[in-house]
Amino acid sequence: MFNVIRKLTSFAAMVAVLFVFTTETMAAKKSKTLKNTQKKGFVRCGVSQGLPGFSNADASGNWTGIDVDVCRAVAAAVLGDANKVKFTPLSAKERFTALTSGEIDILSRNTTWTLSRDADIGLTFVGVNFYDGQGFMVRKSSGITSTSQFKNGISACTNIGTTTELNMRDFFNSRGISYEPVAFEKADEVVAAYDAGRCDTYTTDKSGLAAQRTKMKNPDEHIVLPETISKEPLGPVVRQGDAVWEDIVRWSLNTMIEAEEYGITSSNADSMKTSDNPQIKRLVGAEGEMGAAFGLDNDWNLRIIKQVGNYGESYKRNIADTGILPDRGPNQLWTKGGILYVPPAR
Amino acid sequence: MNNKIKRYIPQILTLLFVIGLLGFFTFNAQVNMDNRGIDFGFGFLNQESSFDVQFSLIEYSGSHSYARAYLVGLLNTLLVSFISIIFCTILGVIIGVSRLSSNFLIRNSAAWYVEFFRNIPLLLQIFFWYYAALRALPLPEKAAPWFGVTYMTIKGYYIPSFIWNNFDIFLYSILAVIISIFFISSYAKKLRETSGKQIPLFFISLGLLIVLPAISFLIGGVSLDFEIPVLKKLSLTSYTYEGGIGLPPELIALVLALSLYTSTFIAECVRAGIQGVSKGQKEAAASVGLTSNQILKLVIMPQALRIIIPPTTNQYLNLTKNSSLAAAIAYPDLVLVFAGTALMQTGKAIEIVSITMLTYLSISLAIAALMNWYNKKIEIKEK
Repeated sequence: MFNVIRKLTSFAAMVAVLFVFTTETMAAKKSKTLKNTQKKGFVRCGVSQGLPGFSNADASGNWTGIDVDVCRAVAAAVLGDANKVKFTPLSAKERFTALTSGEIDILSRNTTWTLSRDADIGLTFVGVNFYDGQGFMVRKSSGITSTSQFKNGISACTNIGTTTELNMRDFFNSRGISYEPVAFEKADEVVAAYDAGRCDTYTTDKSGLAAQRTKMKNPDEHIVLPETISKEPLGPVVRQGDAVWEDIVRWSLNTMIEAEEYGITSSNADSMKTSDNPQIKRLVGAEGEMGAAFGLDNDWNLRIIKQVGNYGESYKRNIADTGILPDRGPNQLWTKGGILYVPPAR
Repeated sequence: MNNKIKRYIPQILTLLFVIGLLGFFTFNAQVNMDNRGIDFGFGFLNQESSFDVQFSLIEYSGSHSYARAYLVGLLNTLLVSFISIIFCTILGVIIGVSRLSSNFLIRNSAAWYVEFFRNIPLLLQIFFWYYAALRALPLPEKAAPWFGVTYMTIKGYYIPSFIWNNFDIFLYSILAVIISIFFISSYAKKLRETSGKQIPLFFISLGLLIVLPAISFLIGGVSLDFEIPVLKKLSLTSYTYEGGIGLPPELIALVLALSLYTSTFIAECVRAGIQGVSKGQKEAAASVGLTSNQILKLVIMPQALRIIIPPTTNQYLNLTKNSSLAAAIAYPDLVLVFAGTALMQTGKAIEIVSITMLTYLSISLAIAALMNWYNKKIEIKEK
């Protein structure tokens, strides 16, 4: 009898060990991207060619921005170091090909989530890190204060290969205004053309307008019109077909947003381990097995918060303090009147 | 028999290798696209494109299909190539002949021109014209008219457009001019061969070209109106021109860069062609009493052309392919519209890039075929 019990317990232990072992390695086995990333030792991340606040390199090549922080969060989670990221600047035209061809593993480049992009071209959007909308910029001296003052023959500068190009057409068409679209490949070229007077208005996502305005010869001469003509939920994208990697990126972003919701910051994260709130404890790896399903250890989310910070810190550091968009608008937590609302990490 | 097989074996092996390689590429692409969940197909060409293009020769808007957008891009590529080929040929011939001038100043400035424009990368020249030269132009409201009715501004060159009345009658008069010149010249040739008499063919042709269309205007009811561009206020400080034709600065910059760059190569072809005709030919022609104009027209040029045409064909092909640099300055050519915007909006990279490659190949082959035909026509007919 005793023998049987001993045999049973050892069998159960073996099963348990096997189970833990298999869940740990199954995830890594299932995710080729995760395995390759850990082997290489860095996360391959596609970013913009320079959009202040979102992804922008300084003179010594350090990338900053809220899009950059998503990649840093993933690096902190899977490699333990938020600096182990290789950034690849991409034009709007190149970005999806770079991702689907396997040149990068995350595309975090102010990219609008649309049905056709999500469903058609081998991509999966994992979430939204900035709720944006398309707007117009004009010269202050033009006296234009609303898009209703636009007249036939207006020329509009924008980027090629973006949803902007499509929204612009819908906008002008629905109002019966004839316009001249001038589409460049690089954002810098668009700005230069508009700044020189080649175009009467510059249209792109409002955050982009605010950011590019800071780059102009004389920012005070330009205003962003109040109208928003489209919904532009911007977020990170991964290749289709690697569900585990997709989950890692999604929950890295969600962790940052939820950490803000529970008041966990990069400075107080360690002390939160002893919190009474189980939800907080789960977010700092002190309760539950939140990393196992991804094939990660239990501190993956704690590392994100400690090394990158929560969403609010990232926003403040990159967008508010740089004077691009001090007002968070819709990008405020749902508890504070915004629309940032992520599923619970449990 | 044995020899025959020996000769064929390497060829068959090469063929099999090429087929195998192509098969491998196709298979590889298919497997990888399957893995990444990308569909292959050309169905997207019928879908609504939903983006607008700045400049189009045919009617187009976003409600047309991607196939139509392709056509818009293709026509824009052909347009810029066609205009540039004409300009670079005229310029190239003038510069090429100038390089052989006996005048020191002309000869040397032509040489400097060639060395200067030939040795700066084309993309840089395009950037120079677009970002430096044309960006320095005045805003529409500050532009002074050129020739009274055209305006060169930062937004483009605005010229009057023609509005024809009874255009078909005018066309008939031109047709009549062409037919009569054809008959007169064959009559003149016959006259020269049988009796040695010469008639001033050039002046007769020129006269016909002026008189017949003039008659069509006077009694045929043909008339020509101009629609002159007028300044239009868009807001307190921004203006544009309405009416007439607006040539976008992107097109102008591209034509300038392509023609100036390619003309240097054509000038060299022309110079080589003329120098390739031996001196004895010229002296022999002079000794039978031909005038210097006749020597150039009847003796030197026919022989020089045979040397000039084949390398010039290469230059035309280069120019057409170089026109794809248009994408750098927002001129909506095939690469920008189709391999750019359309590719981005559909994500059909393999399909669109292969269509674009095939298109450039076909354009190049067509130009080469045309030039080969012309070359054949002017080469020595050995009897």
